Amino acid sequence: MNNTTPSAWLVRFHRLGSPPSFYHFSGLIIPWVSAACLILIVAGLYGGLYLAPTDYQQGESYRIIYIHVPSAWMSMFVYVVLATSSAIGLIWRMKLAEAIARATAPIGATYTFIALITGSLWGKPMWGTWWVWDARLTSELILLFLYLGYIALVSAFDDRRTASRAGAVLALVGVVNLPIIHFSVEWWNTLHQGPTITKFDQPSIAISMLIPLLLTAAGFKLHFLVALLASVRAEILDGERRTAWVAELLARKKHA
Amino acid sequence: MKPKRRQRLVLVGLLVAGVGIAVGLALLALQENINLFFSPSQVAAGEAPVGSPFRLGGMVVDGSVSRVDQSLEIRFDLTDTANTVTVAYTGILPDLFREGQGIVAQGSVNDNGLFTATQVLAKHDETYMPPEVIDALDKAKAMGVQ
Repeated sequence: MNNTTPSAWLVRFHRLGSPPSFYHFSGLIIPWVSAACLILIVAGLYGGLYLAPTDYQQGESYRIIYIHVPSAWMSMFVYVVLATSSAIGLIWRMKLAEAIARATAPIGATYTFIALITGSLWGKPMWGTWWVWDARLTSELILLFLYLGYIALVSAFDDRRTASRAGAVLALVGVVNLPIIHFSVEWWNTLHQGPTITKFDQPSIAISMLIPLLLTAAGFKLHFLVALLASVRAEILDGERRTAWVAELLARKKHA
Repeated sequence: MKPKRRQRLVLVGLLVAGVGIAVGLALLALQENINLFFSPSQVAAGEAPVGSPFRLGGMVVDGSVSRVDQSLEIRFDLTDTANTVTVAYTGILPDLFREGQGIVAQGSVNDNGLFTATQVLAKHDETYMPPEVIDALDKAKAMGVQ
């Protein structure tokens, strides 16, 4: 640490790590992020379900990608957030990081579940089967079990700090599954097709189909942010219910 | 960084790296078992089990699909461009089944090399295009060839 005064931004950033200012700040941005999320998802679904052309092989059935692909991406992205905040909580014992980790797991589990269900609904008419034990589908199912295992483990402890530490170890062990999910379609023969957009080559999707997909994907990202902030706020209130600032907040709410 | 935190950081790094290496080695050892299907070349090389069921994957050869009269039986050739296996199947085919399409068939191979399938799954590729674009691409390709 040097002796010069840290910049105002750095101070603000550090302060954001404290539960009361995080609670205040997230309360301010939630309405804006929710509005942007709603606009993106509605625009993406309108573009995807109504404006985008039919596919040359799959006909109308391909339109499930506007839900399936964003939720599959999010299922993995949320796990990255879970693992990162778990590592920060484990190393620096930061309360906010632990709260974020605990809050992400149910959201990530939901995205994973949606990805599996929509994929299955599409698989029956297109592949001819609801489910097949190929590497992509199996590793995604393992991801769902990792989320459920994390939730079960964390809720088995009475003390939330101990719970977070135990859960963090499980979350970090599960990180190994992420590259397996992503590369499964390239490392092994699978029934699931290869990547369309996240490959280094040019994406093999028409631009009129791609734009709505990117809109819903961005909408899902913002939805995750809203769900995360709301659930972390609830966690903070519960964890800090005996502190002075929460009492003050309650008193102000009662007056209003 | 405080020594205690650095120690925890190293422990977390070791945990992730250790699990990664262990799982990587296990997957490497299981390599063949994780593949969903055998290719026609693997069948030709005798790598696929004879007599017991397995999955066979490949492209349906253009013009090879034929129906047997008075029954639901259908026959087609599957290729990986190097080798070809003939498949016989009785039942309903998935929507995406067509000549030139990748498919995965579950069944077993008999002594004559005929693969009798109990289930046929269509493997979709990663291309999403409107029909006009595909037509235009095909035309452009045909003109380029001439």
